[in-house]
Amino acid sequence: MNEAFRNARSFAERLSALGLGAGGGSVQISLAILALIALLCLFGPLVSSHAYDRVYRDYVLAEPSLSAHPDAAEVALAIETIARRMPARIEALRVDGDSLHATLFSDRPIDARALRAFERSDVFSAPRIVETQDGGRRMRIDAPLKRTVFLFGTDANGRDLLTRTLIAGRASLAVGLLASMVALFIGVAYGAIAGYAGGRVDAAMMRIVEIIYALPFIFFVIVLVMAFGRHFALIFIAIGAVEWLDMARIVRGQTLSIKRRDYVVAAQALGATAPAIIWRHILPNAAGPIVAYLTLLVPQVILLESFVSFLGLGVQEPLTSWGVLIADGARNIQGAAYLLVFPAIFLGATLGALQSLGAGLLRRFDAKSD
Amino acid sequence: MPGQEILGFHNLCVTYGARPVVKNVSFALARGEAAAIVGESGSGKSQTALAALRLLAPEASTTGSVKFEGADLLTLPEKRLNAIRGRRIAMVFQEPMSALDPLFTVSTQIGAILRHQAGFSRRAARARALDLLDLVGIAEPALRAHAYPHELSGGQRQRVAIAMAIACGPDVLIADEPTTALDVTVAARILDLLADLRQRLGMAMIFISHDLGLVRRFADTIHVMRQGEIVESGPAADLIAHPQRAYTRMLLAVAPPPRPPRPLEGAPEILSARDVTVRFRLRGGWFAKGREIKAVDAVSLVLRKGRTLGVVGESGSGKSTLARALLKLAPAAGMISFEHRDLTPLSGAAMRPLRRSMQLVFQDPYGSLSPRLRVGEIVAEGLRAHEPSITRAERDAQAARALEEVLLDPALRHRYPQEFSGGQRQRIAIARAMILKPKLVVLDEPTSALDRSVQIEILALLQHLQDAHDLTYVFISHDLAIVRAMADEVAVMKDGRIIEQGEARRIMDAPREAYSRALIAATFQTGGI
Repeated sequence: MNEAFRNARSFAERLSALGLGAGGGSVQISLAILALIALLCLFGPLVSSHAYDRVYRDYVLAEPSLSAHPDAAEVALAIETIARRMPARIEALRVDGDSLHATLFSDRPIDARALRAFERSDVFSAPRIVETQDGGRRMRIDAPLKRTVFLFGTDANGRDLLTRTLIAGRASLAVGLLASMVALFIGVAYGAIAGYAGGRVDAAMMRIVEIIYALPFIFFVIVLVMAFGRHFALIFIAIGAVEWLDMARIVRGQTLSIKRRDYVVAAQALGATAPAIIWRHILPNAAGPIVAYLTLLVPQVILLESFVSFLGLGVQEPLTSWGVLIADGARNIQGAAYLLVFPAIFLGATLGALQSLGAGLLRRFDAKSD
Repeated sequence: MPGQEILGFHNLCVTYGARPVVKNVSFALARGEAAAIVGESGSGKSQTALAALRLLAPEASTTGSVKFEGADLLTLPEKRLNAIRGRRIAMVFQEPMSALDPLFTVSTQIGAILRHQAGFSRRAARARALDLLDLVGIAEPALRAHAYPHELSGGQRQRVAIAMAIACGPDVLIADEPTTALDVTVAARILDLLADLRQRLGMAMIFISHDLGLVRRFADTIHVMRQGEIVESGPAADLIAHPQRAYTRMLLAVAPPPRPPRPLEGAPEILSARDVTVRFRLRGGWFAKGREIKAVDAVSLVLRKGRTLGVVGESGSGKSTLARALLKLAPAAGMISFEHRDLTPLSGAAMRPLRRSMQLVFQDPYGSLSPRLRVGEIVAEGLRAHEPSITRAERDAQAARALEEVLLDPALRHRYPQEFSGGQRQRIAIARAMILKPKLVVLDEPTSALDRSVQIEILALLQHLQDAHDLTYVFISHDLAIVRAMADEVAVMKDGRIIEQGEARRIMDAPREAYSRALIAATFQTGGI
């Protein structure tokens, strides 16, 4: 009976080695999604025509769309705002292709310097005075329109959401990966040593873990910020320093069970040293749970970072992370749901891909160990 | 006693994917008949029985039919099948610990069957459960009824499992290797119980076993299975007396011959142990005091170069702990010396160079090879520890030679252990021990997880290696037939003590202690020869 299971299993393994089985497929798809998101976040902001911190005052909360701004209403609104400041009245207004033809009239002669308002606007480039009449009180101008596209729309400050989402991805992925790696290395080393040593060493090491557990995370972050000032790297340290605890416990538990296996005793009987046994026997056989927990850890860290940032202790404006964007979006959900939707899609896709990657890897490890 | 047919298998086939596991099995079971299905592991004997009750894994597909009183069990609706399963046809499994639910007491588990299958009231079920426990020979049933499975011994657990199976007075009892997980003396009593119950309750029985010698005591009919097919069947007495097929003869002639006595010739002493004691401290609860258990109790032995010491005993007798203590893999008190060097004061680091000369082979070939390493790496592991200077290529070449020595194809060393059969894995484990050219090898039940035919091959290999390299073996086993084939001297262990020790032939022929006599009787009457 076992024989039959084993055969079925090895068949599945061969399939997944060919990339055909469910396990192989999902691993490759998730890897592809993760790679795509990482590349977008890395290179997207360089290619984008908008800087992530550029404020478009004329396009606050612009809806996401494929067509270029400004549209007629935005042009009218922008010119009215400028005219009101001059102050002047608009006598005639015509948009023709990529430029605006307007006639301004004022009670006093219009100062040409007032036209700088056009240059400062996000809608127009520097205008050209076609002619002045009535001793400078009436002025005909041509102002070329700036064409801009906001694929994901803009936020409440008028910043391009696409660029911001990609920039945020850099921060989130960096925190997720680096803090997880910190947690992985400390946790695995600590857990494996505690579990393999056993006895009093184990007891002492695990008591230390429990003491650190007892410290409230936020307290820990605040202390770090007080001591070192606000810095991006502090997030890695703070999160990594807390998240390795779970990893250490998991690895210790695995080590305790694996070190009683015959192959570990066999290695001891062969005269292998403790580091060699941990490295060659215990860690490879504990890899399944470690990988599974790691893929859960990365999303956890990303969420934790957004929490810290939300409190104002993490990523600072104008830099941002997915967690911050989602928090913003959640506040604006009634007026501008897209502010929530786009960052959430990115975060969700990343977390989903990580989860299915973890599940797929776990299946592969399982197939090998039985 | 051939009566009316009660269970008929007609062209039963079981396939997993494209792989046939059972091929065209047909036989009939008459009312009250005891049939035995015998075959080695992988022969499809358990699959045949499980298919009859539709207990196979979901990826298995079955064709053919299994008729129970005219109804085809393979196509019966689930509801009607459940009225038959457990009630008319019951099953006893090999491993009683996993067949019982650890969270419920014995009487609750038996009672549950009675209430759900036979419609007993709670009170009646409890009373009947006590009767059943009494029937299966559990002493003080009223007391034991409130025990949880882990509080019972292996034999008692199997008795409870049998009580559950016969609770509803089934017409057919299927017993799948019911004694394989038990010690020989316990197994003998369980067999007696099954035979007795069959007589008293008039059940038909299908007894599945790998051991032809075991079933001949009470089977009326024997079906021999090999690779999914019934290769021979017939009345038990005829089949045993005149086996037609070579395979049946092989199964019958499986007990390996005793080892001829070898003269001592004043070989030098290689290992000696004096008053070796291993204590395990059980930690007490808040109020309970901690207890101490002596797993090995003041064992002394002397082993000379090139000889084999067989250590026999039932499970829990401390044989494996002794094996580890001798190699300083378990903390032990007392004195152990290896080649006249006292090992007692040596630290772990000081032991390391000595480990080269003393090796260990384990019982479970599935657990003793790391599933993450390739076979070549596993075999060469000792070289990594003891000859760190040699190159990877040289290590690989030595691994290949070691595999060749245990008669495995060296080209297989790039595979993972799970691609090998149990016997091949055990060869790999032996190669791992041999690559360091040890002087002493402790073999801890090296053949117990294997089929008899494979066991004999492994024994032959071990003897060949011993002769070729002048090895000294400590051979630990619960199976006296195997020990008799390997050992020059035998030590019988019980409760951590060596109760009898001496030349193998002398102990086998004229054991002094009552326990040794019981052990030998149980082995050579039920199993073997």
